[in-house]
Amino acid sequence: MPVPSSDPQADESSAAAASATAAALLVAETLADEDVVKKKLGFGFYISAGWVVLISLTALLAPFLPLQKYDKTNLVPQRLDPFQKYYVAHDYDPESDLDSTKSFEYVNECQDHLEDRGGFAEGLRYCSNQVAVLGADSLGRDILSRVVWGARVSLIVGLGAVTLGMLLGGSIGIIAGYFRGRTETALMGIMDILLAFPALLLALAIVTFADNHSIPVVVAAIGLVGIPPVARLIRANTLVYSQREFVLAARTLGASNKRVIVREVLPNVALPGVSFAVIGIAIAIVAEGGLAFLGLSVDPPTPTWGGMINDGRNFLEDAPHITFVPAAVMVITVLALNFAGDRLRSLFDVKEGAL
Amino acid sequence: MRFVRKKLVNLLIVLLSVTMLSFLMINLLPGDTADVICGPSCDEAAREQLREDLGLNKAIPVRYVEWLGGAITGDLGRSGRTQQPVMEAIRERLPVTLQLLVYSQVLALMLAIPAGIMAARRPGGWFDKTSTGTVFVLLGIPQFVMAPLLIYFFAVRWQIFPAIYKEPGGFFELLKNLFLPAVSLAAAEMAVYLRLLRGDMIATLQEDYIMMAKAKGLSNSRILLRHAFRPSTFSLVTIVGLNMGRLIGGSLIVEVIFAIPGLGRYAVEGIFGRDYLAVQGAVVVIAVGYVLINFAVDMLYAVLDPRIRHARAVI
Repeated sequence: MPVPSSDPQADESSAAAASATAAALLVAETLADEDVVKKKLGFGFYISAGWVVLISLTALLAPFLPLQKYDKTNLVPQRLDPFQKYYVAHDYDPESDLDSTKSFEYVNECQDHLEDRGGFAEGLRYCSNQVAVLGADSLGRDILSRVVWGARVSLIVGLGAVTLGMLLGGSIGIIAGYFRGRTETALMGIMDILLAFPALLLALAIVTFADNHSIPVVVAAIGLVGIPPVARLIRANTLVYSQREFVLAARTLGASNKRVIVREVLPNVALPGVSFAVIGIAIAIVAEGGLAFLGLSVDPPTPTWGGMINDGRNFLEDAPHITFVPAAVMVITVLALNFAGDRLRSLFDVKEGAL
Repeated sequence: MRFVRKKLVNLLIVLLSVTMLSFLMINLLPGDTADVICGPSCDEAAREQLREDLGLNKAIPVRYVEWLGGAITGDLGRSGRTQQPVMEAIRERLPVTLQLLVYSQVLALMLAIPAGIMAARRPGGWFDKTSTGTVFVLLGIPQFVMAPLLIYFFAVRWQIFPAIYKEPGGFFELLKNLFLPAVSLAAAEMAVYLRLLRGDMIATLQEDYIMMAKAKGLSNSRILLRHAFRPSTFSLVTIVGLNMGRLIGGSLIVEVIFAIPGLGRYAVEGIFGRDYLAVQGAVVVIAVGYVLINFAVDMLYAVLDPRIRHARAVI
């Protein structure tokens, strides 16, 4: 895409060129902190990375964490606010070793319930108080637990879709950028056609028509949509590196195309690719959220962040937290990934002037 | 005019491929229109008869050519669910989507242009830093989070704007009813535009003629608005154009949330109802819009910048 540039005219007088340099220096000075400081990852990066690691760990360890069951309804009073105390009436039957519990928002409700069942009994019938840190949804399910379990879907889909997109899109991009000519025209032409499809609609159609709301299908739908942008990016980077001296050197030494691509081009293209992949995970998480929001991601009762956001839409008035707790977790995760990816990109970014 | 001709040929190729691909995809996947119209109640013979009537038994290439022939003359077939001609439905729904698009772009630009100029005036200054931070956060908020957030404050708490789209009676009612959906779309767009304009403005401000203007003693605001702004809007114009093309199909989540009877929702309903011809019609209109706007932007480039118009070797 041609972009207007401040290319100096070739036959400009030296005086004008000098003044241009002076002006550029002047502005460059004010911009200096932008270009130089960016070469470190910085504090923000580690905070962002920390959040991503935290979310990944809790998601990974979800089955072992002391959480309520994510799909059990009425464990908590419906639409309970975050941090609000609630009461659980226990009615323990020693003979069958069954503890039938019921949850209430107020302590007197709990007491009344136990009165009806035959009064209090030490260790058998009693009220305990508990706290649902992030509140409960409209069916009385613990939101904390659902957010943690929902992270599993988001992260698996994010990683899976990006891997798929990078592998396929990356290969297409490298082949197009390295071989040029007809191959490039054909491959990039196909990519242009795919880009003309509305991305979300395409993913929607794939999931619906596949008639199977499982994680692999969602991953495939989002990953396929991601192929063209990745192919474009990797191709652009390949173009730059294929013309470098070391590629020429390798060719002169008689290296095969395959060897040049794998040993010379790929390592150079992969590095900026990694930072793009981090941002790509954020994009994929948002895309999965969009599908889940429309009810086209993994089926309930498996929680997804997008599905949870959608669940709360009818209760915005009395219980906004049902929507905004998962929304906040999702936005923070996306921001953290974006920030980390951005930092990585500027770290790896080799300005063309430095080549 | 070689440039225009080449672009036109490209345009045709892309359009043909897009329609062919979507036709192929829709028809290769399990289930067909006969199942939808018939429902689970009818027997195999009736279903077969229906397939025959609808022409579903012919080979896919034959059907594609037939469909294409219809499409060129403005007949996109009938919806399997409502029996309404697809073209008629699109004609009803496209204007609403376009209104939403234009509205959101106007809102985004109204904020992004002044903020971008302000930020570029002193790169690294307090305004630049806050706006860069805001842009970063806005880019991380998906539409389906922004929309409930806006609904919560503006519709539920303060009750200023409606949360559900209603058929507007006049222009101002239209602006009011579409305000929250438009802002939901505009937020991220605004962030992109601000970032872009700021970058281009900073680049422009390094040019010789800006120094010349400063040397002449012109005021800061005059330099920014009269000398630096216009040359810096070049890529902004492009991206606004491209976004319009992209958003024709990208506004569907917002349309679903606010119950706007637009093209995006038509496509979603079509997908849910397995209304193949409706989906096909919507996809075609969206893709055609995208490709046409891309084409228009390319042309605009050439008009704005003579270097492109004459640079045959490059193109």
